Amino acid sequence: MTGPGQDCQDVVELVTDYLEDALDPDTRSRVRGHLAECDGCEVYVDQMRRTAAVLGAGDPLPLEPPMRDRLLTAFRDWAADRTPPS
Amino acid sequence: MTSMSGIRADEPARALPAASEQALVAALRRGDEAAFARLVELHTPSMLRLAGRYVRSRSVAEDVVQETWVALLEGLDRFEERATVKTWLFRVLLNIARTRAVRERRVVPMSALDGDGGDDGPTVDPARFLPPDAAGWPRHWASTPYDWRDRPELVALSREMLETVRRALEGLPERQRTVVELRDVDGLSAEEVCAVLGLSGANQRVLLHRGRARIRQAIEDVLDGPR
Ligand SMILES: [Zn+2]
Repeated sequence: MTGPGQDCQDVVELVTDYLEDALDPDTRSRVRGHLAECDGCEVYVDQMRRTAAVLGAGDPLPLEPPMRDRLLTAFRDWAADRTPPS
Repeated sequence: MTSMSGIRADEPARALPAASEQALVAALRRGDEAAFARLVELHTPSMLRLAGRYVRSRSVAEDVVQETWVALLEGLDRFEERATVKTWLFRVLLNIARTRAVRERRVVPMSALDGDGGDDGPTVDPARFLPPDAAGWPRHWASTPYDWRDRPELVALSREMLETVRRALEGLPERQRTVVELRDVDGLSAEEVCAVLGLSGANQRVLLHRGRARIRQAIEDVLDGPR
């Protein structure tokens, strides 16, 4: 009954390593065993997952037309230099 | 439940499948402007945001982004198929932005990449747990956190919720914010973030963990208890 992954206060600090699959096998199985029995930590893991999901859920930033035009102009300059018109 | 599935499934659909990315690179080599426009549309907003962290003004950030795209075009013939365009772009962008920042004598964030910036306490308030000497369940939750699964604010994502998260992100220490943005907002993989920022896998995870934990707390503060 010792080692990291035993108490809730340890588990909450291991959540990201757990989600990233970066725990050593022993710690990982202790965390899994803990999560199977602990509602609080199971909810906490879900909350961390949801946090990541909410971060990715906003609309992508728009690309403003002047910036797009500027980059397309740069592309045309590059293409013109590269392949001389035939 | 496999370990990554929850996060991966929720990642924003802002990346291209590898095959279509290779097709785009091939198209760029042929001088296909539509392919370039598509890539520009996909990556430029994130690039502008990242550049803006390093340089003083919007116009300098735009210069940095343009320089990066031109560098991609000029390096196309040497571009390795193994690298993804996205990783390449962000890495070159950061190099150019850092050089500019030094020229502008700005403090360069992400310059000291080890550790997590002196922010090394617990990520959850110790008061949430029973004390270490508690009889019965020491260091276990004093009261169980509330389940978010059916919270309408998170199911439908209210404007208030998105705003809360945006503000919490802005308030993170620099390195945590950069890692969280690249991973969770821009959808880069752990490997890509390590390659772009020159971080070890362990450091990347520490920064991601601390950043996500703070944002989780901000969400909880808004939800504030059970329905
Ligand atoms: Zn627990």
